[in-house]
Amino acid sequence: MSVLSSSIARKVAMALSALFLIIFLIIHLAVNLTSLFSADAFNEASHFMGTNPLIQFAMQPVLIFGVVFHFVMGFVLELRNRGARNVKYAKFNGAASSTWASRNMIISGAVILAFIVLHFIDFWIPELNTKYVLGDMSGVLPGEEGYRYFEELQHKFANPLRVGAYVVAFVLLAIHLMHGFQSAFQSMGFNNKYTGFVKAFGKFYSIVIPLGFIIVALCHHFNH
Amino acid sequence: MDLTLKIWRQKGPQDKGQMVEYKVTDISEHMSFLEMMDVLNEGLVAKGEVPVAFDHDCREGICGMCSLHINGEPHGPDRGITTCQLHMRMFKDGDTIYIEPWRAKAFPVIKDLIVDRMAFERIQQAGGYISVNTSGNTQDANAIPISKHNADLSMDAAACIGCGACVASCKNSSAMLFVSAKVSQFALLPQGQIEAADRVRNMVKQMDEEGFGNCTNTGACEVECPKGISLENIARMNREYLKASM
Ligand code: HEM
Ligand code: SF4
Ligand code: FES
Repeated sequence: MSVLSSSIARKVAMALSALFLIIFLIIHLAVNLTSLFSADAFNEASHFMGTNPLIQFAMQPVLIFGVVFHFVMGFVLELRNRGARNVKYAKFNGAASSTWASRNMIISGAVILAFIVLHFIDFWIPELNTKYVLGDMSGVLPGEEGYRYFEELQHKFANPLRVGAYVVAFVLLAIHLMHGFQSAFQSMGFNNKYTGFVKAFGKFYSIVIPLGFIIVALCHHFNH
Repeated sequence: MDLTLKIWRQKGPQDKGQMVEYKVTDISEHMSFLEMMDVLNEGLVAKGEVPVAFDHDCREGICGMCSLHINGEPHGPDRGITTCQLHMRMFKDGDTIYIEPWRAKAFPVIKDLIVDRMAFERIQQAGGYISVNTSGNTQDANAIPISKHNADLSMDAAACIGCGACVASCKNSSAMLFVSAKVSQFALLPQGQIEAADRVRNMVKQMDEEGFGNCTNTGACEVECPKGISLENIARMNREYLKASM
């Protein structure tokens, strides 16, 4: 991995993977939001996403690589950075000069990672099982009318513990992005007269996108 | 005012070191922090103890020698100053003050509060220069047109005094602010263009080899820097680095 042998290259790679995740979240939220308005629209969108070969065999592997790369690199950077201060301060007033979010990306990241694992167990592994192990690409439950996705979604959000975990994870995603969004631009060398806009838009994104996911979860929980 | 000081004492590079508590009394609020340290040391010498070793030179905020991590912040609680410019009026009677050396693997402690900052020197040597013929037929620098905007930005970057507060304040012990100031001051001027690509590549390589951490853009360095070096310099260095790598 000689391209990643320098600290700046690692930072830029981190930023690129993060920006990819940021775009992915918009698409994911757009699909989720359809479930609030129409079960059919959500079913159609889910079936398309789940069976379209371009999405399944080109986009999905890229996404998985992006996620794995991002958190593995996150842990690598954290370990290296801890090693760069071998004797700790007896007193360190980090809050005097930086935000909690910026100093604890590894904590917010670890919670998001735990959520991603839960999410995979909830939705993704069953999907893979149905589609590629059992070979059922129909998207229809046996003996039922129409696609199964909406019903599965509602079923998952019935459990208050799962909804609680979901909400906590998205609050931490918001905190992660509060620092991360503008940080990714800075890492790529983007700091100019548009930076004010990037920071403002980053704050907007960091609140609105996670809030969107939380609203979808809560709506299904209470409207079940 | 009377103060309790908790100071890092370490006999030498191999010694393990520890925090030791001292009391000082009758400190005037008009004293600088280093003068307060002088009072402490006079007392220690009078008692036949070894005085606390700390770095200092100009005592007027321009050389960058005085370091000291005071109550959890480099150069103490005030902004835009070095420790020699920190006044005791920033503290109250009865305060407990923690005084520690800069902490970074790349800045090993030599004794007590003095650290070895030669890593910065080696980064400079790796590329922080321009090749100008100084053998008598030097071109007049004023004859080279430079935009006012870039001249100002370059001058701002050149204000860095190499004190190391950026590293000390950073949770990652990253030296990006220092290195980016040194890269920027040349990158913004025509004289710096010839070696631009080699400069940024070699300085970043040296920075990594010295064992400084990776920047995560917390921005602590910019807040703690006595010379107000801006994070824009880090973005510029990243751009220069990407340009040099293409
Ligand atoms: C969809 C999920 C995620 C998104 C959208 C996201 C977004 C971001 C962004 C925008 C940055 C700033 C990048 C930069 O400064 O160059 C970042 C940094 C970071 N992320 Fe994530 N992240 C996600 C998941 C995770 C996970 C699962 C971890 C697991 C540990 C993680 C750990 C980190 C760490 C440690 C950093 C700081 C590294 C640095 O700034 O160099 N992130 N993330
Ligand atoms: S960038 Fe600021 S804090 Fe860092 S060495 Fe230069 S003057 Fe000191
Ligand atoms: S002693 Fe020179 S800057 Fe403080």
